[in-house]
Amino acid sequence: MTFASLAFYVFAGATIGAGLGVILARNPVHSVLFLITAFISVAGLFVLMGAEYLAMLLVVVYVGAVAVLFLFVVMMLDVDFEELKKGFADYIPLAVILGVVLIVEIGFTVAAWRFTDSAELARQHPSPTAGQVVTDPTGPNNVESLGLILYTDYIHFFQIAGMILLVAMIGAILLTFRERVGIRKQDVTSQVGRKRAEGVEVVSVPTGKGIQG
Amino acid sequence: MTIWDNITFAFPEIFIAIALMILLLVGVFTSGKYGREIGWASIGVLAVALYPVLFGTAAQTADLFNGAFATDGFAKFSKVVIYTGAAVSILLSGHFMEREKINRFEYPILILLSTLGMSLMVSSTDLISLYMGIELQSLSLYILAAFNRDSLRSTEAGLKYFVLGALSSCLLLYGASLIYGFTGATTFDAIAAAGLTANTTGLILGLVFLISGLAFKVSAAPFHMWTPDVYEGSPTPVTAFFAAAPKFAGMALFARVMVEAFPTIIAQWQPILVIISILSMAIGAFSAITQTNIKRLMAYSSIGHMGYALMGVAAGTAQGVSSVLIYMSIYLIMTLGTFACILAMRRPEGMAENISDLAGLSRTQPALALMFTVFFFSLMGIPPLAGFFAKFYVFMAALDAGLFYLAIAGALASAVSAYYYLAVIIKIWVNEPAPEFDRNVGQSVKGIAALATLLMVIGIFTIVPMLTGYAETAAGALFR
Repeated sequence: MTFASLAFYVFAGATIGAGLGVILARNPVHSVLFLITAFISVAGLFVLMGAEYLAMLLVVVYVGAVAVLFLFVVMMLDVDFEELKKGFADYIPLAVILGVVLIVEIGFTVAAWRFTDSAELARQHPSPTAGQVVTDPTGPNNVESLGLILYTDYIHFFQIAGMILLVAMIGAILLTFRERVGIRKQDVTSQVGRKRAEGVEVVSVPTGKGIQG
Repeated sequence: MTIWDNITFAFPEIFIAIALMILLLVGVFTSGKYGREIGWASIGVLAVALYPVLFGTAAQTADLFNGAFATDGFAKFSKVVIYTGAAVSILLSGHFMEREKINRFEYPILILLSTLGMSLMVSSTDLISLYMGIELQSLSLYILAAFNRDSLRSTEAGLKYFVLGALSSCLLLYGASLIYGFTGATTFDAIAAAGLTANTTGLILGLVFLISGLAFKVSAAPFHMWTPDVYEGSPTPVTAFFAAAPKFAGMALFARVMVEAFPTIIAQWQPILVIISILSMAIGAFSAITQTNIKRLMAYSSIGHMGYALMGVAAGTAQGVSSVLIYMSIYLIMTLGTFACILAMRRPEGMAENISDLAGLSRTQPALALMFTVFFFSLMGIPPLAGFFAKFYVFMAALDAGLFYLAIAGALASAVSAYYYLAVIIKIWVNEPAPEFDRNVGQSVKGIAALATLLMVIGIFTIVPMLTGYAETAAGALFR
């Protein structure tokens, strides 16, 4: 067994183990921590496949942003998960029946599993240029090949993704932003434009009398 | 094809995108003071975008962006209907939004954004652009449903729509990934080519998920649960918009995916669509009987109508696709007209939404009563109103494709649905009058209701022959 295949089994095992942990952990905070472990293990798998850019992206975006957001939501909203789970056991017979049906169906599909040649080819070379990395070490690297395809062949999708993000932004602002009345705002122009005469009053104080009025 | 060619052919979409961003900036920098003007400007944007669709580069047939986006007769027809539907929805909203004090400038901008999504949907010939078009459209719709954010019902409608919509997007995405896995392609023509040799079991599994996701978007049974609540909770002009253009876009996309990407396995997907169609017609007919709220009634009516339109898709022929386009175009006019009438149901204390509020309308407001009657007869499919021809063409398409039992089920469902439409009409003409409605509902609402009524009555001479000609050309584009 080479080191690469050993690493694969370690990462794959950790991914599955952490995945089970996400749904089995009683404490939701632990679930999120398991989720982070799963993300990092998957990032390791990506590195083994030679997709180091995707691996870093996964760590930065999913662990750095999404998982932390989950953690915030879970910890700050104080949802009573025990309350939510109440009465769940009543549905177990139905769930077992549905689960068995689904497993049988998936089994039938897997039994008849066969791919076309084009699918086989597409899987080996997810993007035309990424395939070259394996055969030609001087070819474009991960980020370059991703950039080449994202901003040329996939420009259409890239632009629509931008519009979708714009919608998300408009929605978030529209549904949550409330103009607050009666708050004092800082106005830099009026602060800078203030004259000495408006702010300072020169009073001549007679000795021994203090300031009057 | 160079990138510049791609840009010229996608000009209507690019124009809408840039124009709406400019309008958004104008709205933000003027602190939303010019909401009404931005509404008018948005209608102008849609009108200008119609020009390249009809006469410009977008009217030609081309495959762009590596087969992700196509301009053809089908897309042209759909875009004309969608832009018109969206513009009419903006017109309908003005007065209502001002009365409810939610006339924010983001409303027309969100309508433009979802119109952009729909425009991309009907032109998409790739699973990725299909998904992204749907998401752009749906995300805007979720926000619109919750637009009246101080109303509990509106926010509930938005949340419900969002959660269920996200679930359906997951189904759709899962189906798309399975299809990609088994065919190695995302463009429709490559999927169709691979469909000849691919493992059909895996492909069908993916297809079933894809159909489920699309059926949710057009609110066909058994994925219709969200419709009544969202229709009832959303502000009425938003409901009018939901019932019109997005339904058309969803159904057009449905037809395009089925006949362009999966023509070789029609024997597998036809029964699925037949079942969805029969279920939708049945649920639409039977559940509507017990409704007391007019918006919920329209929701169930729309579920039923989606069932009829799916008959044409299930036929899977050029005739079927053209009948879907005719059906959805006429349905769009009927539903916008009906909602214009519903918008006229306003009392000083607020909107009247119960069917009982319509009692004796013929004595208090005969014109409105007449318009309601025409629309309901048209929705029922009574000749010589335009709604009859919509149904006539889908039934003919189903019969010619050999789906006799589907046509019989459709006829039975029509008979049942006639019952609840007639119940409302009887209430309007026979019962003792309920308190009168406020007559000040805005000129555009009255104008649209009157125009739609006129189109229903004289449709046999005007829109029906026109639509049949164009729809035939449009459907032919998918079978080249």
